[in-house]
Amino acid sequence: MSILIIAEHSDSTARPSTLNAITAATKLGSDISVLVIGKDVSAVADSLSKCAGVAKVVVADKAEFEHQLPENTASFIASFAKSFTHIIAPATAFGKNLLPRVAALLDSQMISDVIEIISADTFKRPVYAGNAIATFQSSDALKLLTIRTTAFDPASTTGGSAAIENADVSSVTAFGKSKFVSAELTKSARPELTAAKVVVSGGRAVGSKENFAIIEKLADKLGAAVGASRAAVDAGYAPNDYQVGQTGKIVAPSLYIAVGISGAIQHLAGMKDSKVIVAINKDPDAPIFQVADYGLVADLFEVLPQLTEKL
Amino acid sequence: MKILVPVKRVVDYNVKIRIKADQSGVELTNVKMSMNPFDEIAIEEAVRLKEKNIATEVIVVTIGPAIAQDVLRTAMAIGADRGILVTTPLATDLGGLEPLAVAKLLQKLVAKEQPDLVIMGKQSIDDDSNQTGQMLAALLDWPQAAFASKVEKVGDALHVTREIDGGLETVEVATPAIVTTDLRLNTPRYASLPNIMKAKQKPLETIDSATLGVDTTPRLKMTALTDPPKRSGGIKVASVDELIAKLKTEAKVI
Ligand SMILES: Cc1cc2nc3c(=O)[nH]c(=O)nc-3n(C[C@H](O)[C@H](O)[C@H](O)COP(=O)(O)OP(=O)(O)OC[C@H]3O[C@@H](n4cnc5c(N)ncnc54)[C@H](O)[C@@H]3O)c2cc1C
Repeated sequence: MSILIIAEHSDSTARPSTLNAITAATKLGSDISVLVIGKDVSAVADSLSKCAGVAKVVVADKAEFEHQLPENTASFIASFAKSFTHIIAPATAFGKNLLPRVAALLDSQMISDVIEIISADTFKRPVYAGNAIATFQSSDALKLLTIRTTAFDPASTTGGSAAIENADVSSVTAFGKSKFVSAELTKSARPELTAAKVVVSGGRAVGSKENFAIIEKLADKLGAAVGASRAAVDAGYAPNDYQVGQTGKIVAPSLYIAVGISGAIQHLAGMKDSKVIVAINKDPDAPIFQVADYGLVADLFEVLPQLTEKL
Repeated sequence: MKILVPVKRVVDYNVKIRIKADQSGVELTNVKMSMNPFDEIAIEEAVRLKEKNIATEVIVVTIGPAIAQDVLRTAMAIGADRGILVTTPLATDLGGLEPLAVAKLLQKLVAKEQPDLVIMGKQSIDDDSNQTGQMLAALLDWPQAAFASKVEKVGDALHVTREIDGGLETVEVATPAIVTTDLRLNTPRYASLPNIMKAKQKPLETIDSATLGVDTTPRLKMTALTDPPKRSGGIKVASVDELIAKLKTEAKVI
């Protein structure tokens, strides 16, 4: 077993999702290499070399890898990865964009969103918005997986002393038919949604972008991340990257507070593995109450300020 | 510009699915089936590009059983010009036709139709893989703009705004290219009755997947399909004070 992890990073720091991928890899074996691909990424390589469980960090640093466009990185990864048995990336927007491209180049049927590694070739993953769990056995020699980050604890960022090597990138050329134009990143001092211990999410009932402050105030009191339902994002009350659900982000915090959210299966798919769920909704029959540990039937505009104040 | 839009027939998103007793799959008999919602967004986007005179022709393709032609008719009612049904005996949701095989079949259709753009859903809501568009881009050696929330033609290229984890990213892709749709790209229209009638007259070609020279043998074997762990229902609290007390002393999460 030799496992290659594709690190998710921001050029200067590794994203927490990479640490979840390392833990997933340890379920397969101990020959774990992490590939850091990008431009000016030595700080990322340094930090990952200290993570428990990592045997080797390989750096592929080249101007062509700036912004990590999949057209440029996938072909390099595919050529580099041939000697491995498994390639793992987190099932984040980054991994979902990149890994299928690598898999097709390697003619391997990748497995998305793995929540459990049963053996070297058998994996569990949710399907149908998490309403069924499928077990798949792969017959491909090289297996590619994206892993659901909430299903694997983050690896420790200390205790390791992996060797750092530079990959041979001399033959890498730019794909040329795609180009980064701009990024508009949501600025927030709050914890990252997918890694937060507490998440407060608002739904359609919040009513406007201005009203969304009521959700943010409670979140700030709790040191929580802010999430939203699709309806709230579609209506422009919250940015797209707040969406929790089947087709948004998957979260599993210790405490999830759903405010003015009905509990459609697509929303539940993203949060029902939370440890404790609180629902605040004025409709006593809202489906969200079927998964909530504590339900409060009330008007959010009345009780949320009270809750924020009394905490 | 010619646009190819692959669409999939899936269990309607409002249906609560049931797993077959023998765990071989999800019960599909007498279940409402619809076009995958992300694919409706893809069709709508292609039709809008045609209405803006950017696209000249919109071709819709589905791979599935013969009955899957109903989603082609839906797509043609929204505004696609013609349809292609690629038949397969394999299940298209789980344990049958896999994303890589779909991408290879689509690669053959791209070779035949020579579109300048393929717009497709980012994921289908049955197997939730989110792979096919990126795989097709790899096989064709085309650029990919996945999870699009905005598509604009700028000169000969497209500027595509993508939904990413930290917010939004805009990339420029030269055509031919693959775009996969996210929820915010557009709100699909409802097909009008006259357009539904007109769609019945639009050309629909049927191709047997076996004639396309693609090995669609599954690489994965589905060995089990089970219900997810059930959450036991909780309690209702009467007030904010009671809620805070429970969270502090019973759940111990704050
Ligand atoms: C392909 C597809 C993918 C999707 N992906 C996702 C996804 O990833 N995430 C997601 O969330 N959804 C997703 N959806 C949408 C999903 O089906 C629901 O439409 C959505 O989750 C509803 O959002 P909501 O609960 O905020 O709104 P609603 O369903 O409108 O619920 C609003 C709730 O607020 C309550 N309410 C109203 N006023 C008040 C008040 N004053 N105080 C307290 N409560 C109040 C109401 O009783 C109601 O229960 C998807 C849908 C499709 C088709």
